[in-house]
Amino acid sequence: MSIWEFLQTYGARIIDGTLVTAAQFVLATLVAVTAALAAALGKLSRNLAVRGLAVTYIELFRGTSLLVQLYWIFFVLPLFGITLDKFTAGFLSVGLNIGAYGAEIVRGAIQAVPKGQWEAAYALSMSPARRMRRIILPQALVLMLPPWGNLLIELLKGTALVSLISVADLMFQAKQINASTFLSAQAFGTALVVYYLLARFLITPAMRRLERVMAQRLGRA
Amino acid sequence: MRFDWQWDFAWEILPRLLAATLNTLLAAGIGYAIAVVLGLVLALAQRTPWKPLTFIVREAVEFIRSTPLVLQIFFVFYVGPQFGIRLSPWTAGMIAIGLHYSAYLSEVYRAGIEAVPKGQWEACRALNMSTRDTYLRIVIPQALPPSVAGMGNYLVGIFKDTPMLSVIGVADVIFLAISLPAAGLVRLFEGFVRRKMGM
Amino acid sequence: MDHGDYPLELPEGDRPMVRFMNVTKRYGSLTVLDNLCLDVAEGEMVTVIGPSGSGKTTVLRMLMTLETINGGIIYVDGKPLTHMERNGRLVPADERHLRKMRSSIGMCFQHFNLFPHMTALQNCMEGPVQVLGLPKAEARARSEELLEMVGMIEKKDQHPSRLSGGQQQRVAIARALAMRPKVMLFDEVTSALDPEVIGEVTNVIRRLVGEHNLTMLMVTHQMGFARDISDRVCFFYRGKIEEQGPPDQLFGNPQRERTQQFLSAVKEAD
Repeated sequence: MSIWEFLQTYGARIIDGTLVTAAQFVLATLVAVTAALAAALGKLSRNLAVRGLAVTYIELFRGTSLLVQLYWIFFVLPLFGITLDKFTAGFLSVGLNIGAYGAEIVRGAIQAVPKGQWEAAYALSMSPARRMRRIILPQALVLMLPPWGNLLIELLKGTALVSLISVADLMFQAKQINASTFLSAQAFGTALVVYYLLARFLITPAMRRLERVMAQRLGRA
Repeated sequence: MRFDWQWDFAWEILPRLLAATLNTLLAAGIGYAIAVVLGLVLALAQRTPWKPLTFIVREAVEFIRSTPLVLQIFFVFYVGPQFGIRLSPWTAGMIAIGLHYSAYLSEVYRAGIEAVPKGQWEACRALNMSTRDTYLRIVIPQALPPSVAGMGNYLVGIFKDTPMLSVIGVADVIFLAISLPAAGLVRLFEGFVRRKMGM
Repeated sequence: MDHGDYPLELPEGDRPMVRFMNVTKRYGSLTVLDNLCLDVAEGEMVTVIGPSGSGKTTVLRMLMTLETINGGIIYVDGKPLTHMERNGRLVPADERHLRKMRSSIGMCFQHFNLFPHMTALQNCMEGPVQVLGLPKAEARARSEELLEMVGMIEKKDQHPSRLSGGQQQRVAIARALAMRPKVMLFDEVTSALDPEVIGEVTNVIRRLVGEHNLTMLMVTHQMGFARDISDRVCFFYRGKIEEQGPPDQLFGNPQRERTQQFLSAVKEAD
């Protein structure tokens, strides 16, 4: 079967899977960014309990693998009375996993904002919250965007694991097509190419563009 | 919810657990060895004066780095037979992990090589050293130490990724019981419950 | 002149150790060297001075084949360096030819460029053993003799990170000499040194000039040193030799306005 015939026959399923992957990607990104920001601020907090909680989250999710976390969240949490459907468990796991890595990026960027900026904001007698929101974070954002670009590629790749709890994403569809047709090269090859295209021609350019826009806003471009 | 932990069953499966764990760790170890060597080849290939090779290797590295490992594992395992190459799950897993991480390690090496000061290359030229000696005796010995941290990170990464090999059955589901303690327990318990209740 | 028109070899009786003929070097639209013609005789010590960006370092780097040239030709010991003969005509040199020709040239750098993972002695032995294929014992004897000469024999087993700048530069000189070059190039070898250790490096070079019949080409900012030891001084300005002559004449009675301006500016800075 030629690749064109293959695409004509199974293209719809590939597209369905890609849309689910895209949805997982977007939702997981939201989770990751929120978790990263909260954990980074928590780790920089003076409150011991908050700091402890943030450090625990970061170390736990960075120290174990995404697959383990996915199984925990999907299979174990129900034992504690928290039952999530597979779609939610999927993007939540991926988001929390990547968020732990993102937290370190956010923290590094916040700490990389020059000391003079903190002192200047202090001299204007800004409250800590306002200082963080108005002065520090906007500058940190520019610094953290390039590493976030790489991390979002990792996130996209991470979403492929949700197929293991039967979320019908791109990976899942490729597996299904393979199982019913044995057209392995076509099925998995197409999926590989789609992931590559998403990473290389959607996520990377979008992040580059965001970097430019943010740099311009800070008057650095 | 309450479960009964059955020691006799746990003892019964222990040898299988150990064997599965050993197998997978071995696959990870050999995969890493492949990655360490192949990564260096990929890094050096990107420094040849022959532009088409540089370009192809660069794109291949990008491709491998931006697609999921679990999909690559499936690809290696299932595509071989289509062309008459039958790989055991173990071999396929090893190759996939080795290939995936060689792309990452090539970037580590590349950074290490690029961090070697220009003056070192010029000194080699001034001493009339061959390209081979320049790399083997001067550049690589200096590029490796700063690469060690990155290499270590990816070794940890490989061990974290080995449970993924279960998707093509390098280890059976029981392997997950040890590598994914909690999730595995649940599965075992499920099994017990089903058996007891005759489901 | 097309490079095919240059002689395949310089004729007997007109064979300086180094000859630059109409050498041009450009970086993009910037011309760093413009039709340079310069001869260095065997055993001669020529010093190149001039403002930064005048192309003086480029002269040495082209001779060491660290830079390619855009026009003209360089001969070393009568044979073309930047070109080679193919079917009776000169064509740009390939790596093999360059390697063969490079073996007669040695160079010391501003930032020493010692190999950090090797001791002083290993640095000196590396070239003789790996490139020249000398037996280890012979390379060691040669290297120790040279380290002795530069006054570094006590430190032969130290790594460069344990040595001062002046000591590193002396090891670098020994390393270059261990290859037994016919031409030695010194590229601002004292510029990165603290003032109090400059003397220990210049003294080594002084000894070389006095005791060996080496052909040397040196770029320096140290006018007093240049005046002391050079046979000839070339003042470079904007990619050309503005003026050249014996040191006493060039420093004592410069003819060109640019040279006078440069020398008085340097003197004021001292």
